[in-house]
Amino acid sequence: MWDYTDKVKEHFLNPKNVGELKDANGVGETGSLNCGDALKLFLKVNENDRIVDASFMTFGCASAVASSSALTEIIKGMTLDEAAKLTNDDISDYLGGLPKEKMHCSVMGQAALKKAIADYKGIQILEKPGEMVCECFDVTDLEIIDAVKTNGLETTEDVTNYLKAGGGCGKCLDRIEEVIASVNATEEK
Amino acid sequence: MDVIYTDNNATTRVADEVIQEMMPFLGEFYGNPSSMYTFGDRVGKKVRTARRQVAELINADPDEIIFMSCGTESDNAAVNAALEAFPEKKHLITSVVEHPAIKNLFSYLEDKKGYEVTFVPVDSKGRLDTQVLYDAMSDNTAMISLMWANNETGVIFPIAEIAQKAREKGILFHTDAVQAAGKVEIDVKKTGVDMLSLSGHKIHAPKGIAALYVKKGFKFPAFLIGGHQEGGRRGGTENTASIIGLGKACELARQNLGMMGTQVREMRDYLESRLLEEIPGTSVNGEREHRLPNTLSIGFDAVEGESILMLLDRKGICASSGSACTSGSLDPSHVLVAMEVPFKSAHGTIRFSLSHYNTKQEMDVIVDTLIPAIEKLRQMSPFWKDGKMV
Repeated sequence: MWDYTDKVKEHFLNPKNVGELKDANGVGETGSLNCGDALKLFLKVNENDRIVDASFMTFGCASAVASSSALTEIIKGMTLDEAAKLTNDDISDYLGGLPKEKMHCSVMGQAALKKAIADYKGIQILEKPGEMVCECFDVTDLEIIDAVKTNGLETTEDVTNYLKAGGGCGKCLDRIEEVIASVNATEEK
Repeated sequence: MDVIYTDNNATTRVADEVIQEMMPFLGEFYGNPSSMYTFGDRVGKKVRTARRQVAELINADPDEIIFMSCGTESDNAAVNAALEAFPEKKHLITSVVEHPAIKNLFSYLEDKKGYEVTFVPVDSKGRLDTQVLYDAMSDNTAMISLMWANNETGVIFPIAEIAQKAREKGILFHTDAVQAAGKVEIDVKKTGVDMLSLSGHKIHAPKGIAALYVKKGFKFPAFLIGGHQEGGRRGGTENTASIIGLGKACELARQNLGMMGTQVREMRDYLESRLLEEIPGTSVNGEREHRLPNTLSIGFDAVEGESILMLLDRKGICASSGSACTSGSLDPSHVLVAMEVPFKSAHGTIRFSLSHYNTKQEMDVIVDTLIPAIEKLRQMSPFWKDGKMV
């Protein structure tokens, strides 16, 4: 059984801000049915670029629901600039931590938020830069390099826990290992 | 809070009668069954009784039974024996839906030991593609290992028919009957399998005890090499109390087999039909006809298994999900993937596996807990709107 904190359990059993936000002016979606988890985030932003309301709809495990609930609680009242700086660690910390295998749930929250902000601003999120590594979960080499550097990831398993990359068909696991090795090689220099 | 235990394909409650039978052999009767004095032989006699009891459950002879420590050891020992018997044969056959004890062992033999392995596929109902199986049998095939019944869906393979074909071709046939034993009738003489594995903790004996049936006449090389125990076929001082417990559990399983086909089956069918009728977007995984009487694998559209389990757990209900949901791989189980169960319901699959300890009342509690649980999760789900998938 997962070692969930009481806060994770609480946010799963009694999630805050569930459902479609009727007058939302920024919506971000991430994940899919095939992946096993998905999040749709709704924002209501006022004329001063402040998030006055937020809600979510999530398909996924307990930590995915809890992460979504936590995310909406955190960002309510924030300006868009503040919200844009939010990281997955902030979500995880708010919940008192997540099992490392479940870190991707908080990453999903961060990703949906980015998309919702872009949607509000009317910015088209362009195709991601870099080379596609994990097709199952739409993760590029640049994203893996970034995650490895910022979070000190060492193994393909770490990468999978953070980004889900490699957690689907597993075809790209060798490539992920190469990317990790390339980061380590540059750092040693 | 009362526990409602419906995860009997994972493990079972040790029967009170089994514990009673074991207790003296954990306490005062601690002698070594091999010793040359009455105090030891007192244990030895009980071990012999247990061997007979295990044999009777599957219609074997007592000396065809070898005690093992777990189902995995039993499977591994059987495969090891086959490979040692036919060192020149380099082809193996199994299925894509086996338990990891066989699946991962065969993958290891393929990757590291140079064997060619045919993993026979199943159809969307979990039925074995016997045409692929029969076509794959050749002079180079060292062994075939197939489960009697699947742990997740309960789907039963046509073991007697396959054993017959294997015999015609002179190929050694092992079956992992860990899930089938005690749930459906098993007769090794009638089916003609060469080796069969069963495990104690799935039939109300403790964990850490299992058995391997090896047909008379097959020269079985030890997997655990050591002392003379088990006729030299498995070294190591006997786990006497557990062996005695397994014996008793097999005796009880034989007596209770009728109940499996009636009382337990009726409860399972009742649970199944209530869930199908009262929760929309619900589907049963696997062929319903040829299925273990205690097993129900059921998928709920647009919701995720772990979340369902957490809500069931709140009411003390124990079941398991159809997805591993570990280490970022949120893939459904290899069994559901092999059956190509659609993602929409595979992720939301729950397995209920009953025993005669369950009651119809408990089935009602499960349904009454699931209805609002699924409803709650669907209200949250972006893939469910106005009573259907979007």
